[in-house]
Amino acid sequence: MDRLDQLEAHSIYILREAYAQVEPLSMLWSLGKDSNVMVWLARKAFFGRVPFPVILLDTGNELDEVYAFRDEYVGKWGLSYVNAACPPLEETDPSLPLNSRHAARKTLGLKRILAEQGFRGVFLGIRRDEQALRGKERVFSPRDAEGAWNYKEQPAEFWDHYKTELPPGAHLRIHPLLAWTEIDIWRYIEREDIPVVPLYFARDGWRYRSLGEKDITRPIRSDAASIAEIIAELEVTRQPERAGRTMDHDSEDSFERLRASGYM
Amino acid sequence: MPHPSHPAPRELLKLVVVGHVDHGKSTIVGRLLYDTDSLPEGKLEELQALASRRDMALEWSFVLDAFQAERDQAVTIDTTQIRFKTARRDYVIIDAPGHREFLKNMVSGAAEADAAVLVIDAAEGVREQSRRHGYLLHLLGVRQVAVAINKMDLVDHDGARFAQVAQEVSEYLAGIGVEPAFLVPIAAREGDNVAAASPRFDWYEGPSLLEALDRFHAVTQPGLQPLRLPIQDVYHFDQRRILVGRVESGVLRVGDTVLFSPSNKTARVRSFEAWNAEPPVEAHAGQSVGLTLEEPLFLERGEMLSHPEAAPQLTTVLRATLFWLGRTPLAEGQGLTLKLGTARYAVEVASIEQAIDTDSLERRQAQEVPRDGIAEVVLRSRALIALDEAAALQRTGRFVLLDGSETVGGGLISMEGYPDQRRVMAVRASNLFSVEHAVTREQRWARNRHRGGVIWLTGLSGAGKSTVAMALERRLFERGYHVYVLDGDNVRRGLNANLGFSPDDRAENIRRVGEAAALFADAGAICITAFISPYQSDRDRARTAAERLVPGGFHEVFVAADLETCEKRDPKGLYKRARAGEIEDFTGVSAPYEAPATPDLSLDTAALDVEAACEALFGYVTAKFALEATD
Repeated sequence: MDRLDQLEAHSIYILREAYAQVEPLSMLWSLGKDSNVMVWLARKAFFGRVPFPVILLDTGNELDEVYAFRDEYVGKWGLSYVNAACPPLEETDPSLPLNSRHAARKTLGLKRILAEQGFRGVFLGIRRDEQALRGKERVFSPRDAEGAWNYKEQPAEFWDHYKTELPPGAHLRIHPLLAWTEIDIWRYIEREDIPVVPLYFARDGWRYRSLGEKDITRPIRSDAASIAEIIAELEVTRQPERAGRTMDHDSEDSFERLRASGYM
Repeated sequence: MPHPSHPAPRELLKLVVVGHVDHGKSTIVGRLLYDTDSLPEGKLEELQALASRRDMALEWSFVLDAFQAERDQAVTIDTTQIRFKTARRDYVIIDAPGHREFLKNMVSGAAEADAAVLVIDAAEGVREQSRRHGYLLHLLGVRQVAVAINKMDLVDHDGARFAQVAQEVSEYLAGIGVEPAFLVPIAAREGDNVAAASPRFDWYEGPSLLEALDRFHAVTQPGLQPLRLPIQDVYHFDQRRILVGRVESGVLRVGDTVLFSPSNKTARVRSFEAWNAEPPVEAHAGQSVGLTLEEPLFLERGEMLSHPEAAPQLTTVLRATLFWLGRTPLAEGQGLTLKLGTARYAVEVASIEQAIDTDSLERRQAQEVPRDGIAEVVLRSRALIALDEAAALQRTGRFVLLDGSETVGGGLISMEGYPDQRRVMAVRASNLFSVEHAVTREQRWARNRHRGGVIWLTGLSGAGKSTVAMALERRLFERGYHVYVLDGDNVRRGLNANLGFSPDDRAENIRRVGEAAALFADAGAICITAFISPYQSDRDRARTAAERLVPGGFHEVFVAADLETCEKRDPKGLYKRARAGEIEDFTGVSAPYEAPATPDLSLDTAALDVEAACEALFGYVTAKFALEATD
């Protein structure tokens, strides 16, 4: 087994562990490259089906190509799709910097859909290498009724035994891609031929490396127009993946505050 | 269909860095990132700016300290994963915190590592957490260890001091069966001998720390071991019934006959199933698979799939070395949930055999295991557990303990002295039909003028079981009771002549005695048995056998004399021979004795003489075996 085979097998193991023990389940489908890989892995784990709803936290502000991708693949992949409309900016914590407040709309949207539908577990496509705080995550990460993340009191997690029991009102964030890197994701997309939003590929010297909402996401300078070129670019780049995500860089602790209060 | 990627993904080695607080773990990691040119753009400048803003020297450890709170406390709270690469391969470093109370987080990080760096301060030498972390690496199964003797600048790069610390740590590690592959002198703050050799260590001929790491191997999944595949789930999405799970060890092929444990069912593998890929014809360790069977068996999550000729052990009792993470101490009698593979079992702490002091490696008696403690314990379950010994099969030889919903510990299994119960449980004669007797139990009792039943004596060798049994038999016989004693002498000559003294044979010996005693009881007699019968599970099985025929007819009598008393008596000289190592698995000396938790009667033969013990037992029998008006 090469590195991709190992990652795939472990992610499938995680998906099946959750499906056997946590109910009801759902999956966040941001339509980015990582969440597409996650949906793909679910179809592998469950023999072609995704046996739980996939949710888009919709700010109404996603890039046009993202909506087009959704409309095409909900049907093609046979997904049970849930559109979770995010509350407006006015409802977010006004003490956060503006860019973080845009991101916080998703936190509120997630909180609302979890409460409405009573999901006990939700899959998220975050990875440890994306961001230092995400590096601290567990694969099965419990959240209290407010969605808050108590990073100082995380459960012990070893030997692939995961925390699956929770007090009423709490839920689990389940992270099947935690051990993957950005390059792993692209290599897997290439190997499996997984469709992605075309914005990732360079046009006129620009491409998106990470997709977010219109107002708070910027493309990067790049000529990488194919997966092979993207991989080659990532092998040498010193830029962090989320450099184009302005909310991460508002202040020294803005992402920490977002995550502690329930952001993905 | 997937198509192959052009350049193959590089090998990844998962590395954990452990050691006593302030011995420089985070500094080494920060320095490794810098030396391998792995810091993200702007990070060095960010750190320099942060240091000057706070008016401090640049701290390499700040690379890892993502949390505001951590920087303020200057302690790494949780495991963090950071990547770097060398020409040879990619690395992910799991930085484990050094504070004692953070064992939980260290375990969470270190358990998945392929190799470890144990960091020791050259000036301070081996400290409490150095030993503790070394011990835990061993428990967690990390076998490749490099020792970095850091802060050599504080001891003037002195080769003699290095040799002294190196010897100290090697001796400790040897005591727990760990042999460090490398002992490397470094000064991480200045980068001496971290990535490249340093002229300051002209007396040192080994590799730099980074070169040492490049010589380790990424741990691959065990393939040449017995097959183990814990079943995660059974899917019925369409007309197929697909069993899913991950191969933990060994190889499974289409057409193989497989055994499921603990249910003890067998079937043949019809196919592997896959989506968007050619289904494989064989599955190897590490692969997550789906498979179908030729036979429509009812199976559930938690079963362990193996080949029948190399099956896991089945047992209701196990011994383990465990680390305890619970908020309150672990105590005897405590109920917990044991998770092994995908199965869960309710277990009870039968005994805490000894606590292990990771500082001195001393083992001592203990009533409880404190938080972050390590101990050897015996756990008991009602249901049969399918398991392996950790020394033989790491991945199915270990378990996690839950208290309610909280993970409170992990352990490695050792079954020394405990028999495999699979053979004993198997009812092979399943094509039997019961024939009604023409004589009823009540008619037999009425003729004998007493009930039938089993008096099961259990206790250490030398406790007086046989003596008491013979005295009681004489006494009851004289009073007109139909009574007979089964003991080693009359049973081992015939009925059990084909059995030896291995744990398995002993279990079978007791099973046959239990069944024979049950038949005596059914025939209306009082059957007294006199066997050490050290395992509660064996005695419970004897009870089940007797009560199937004679409800309420089994009486467990604990002939209780302490080990010291029995050893002093030593009527057959057996203890002496056991102590001399001439007898293996001798109960009380080199094999466990499980005292009955709730005996029907307990006789303290250290205090009572034979007459008094017999008298007490006689009183019990006349009361319990008397006919009642309803009989």
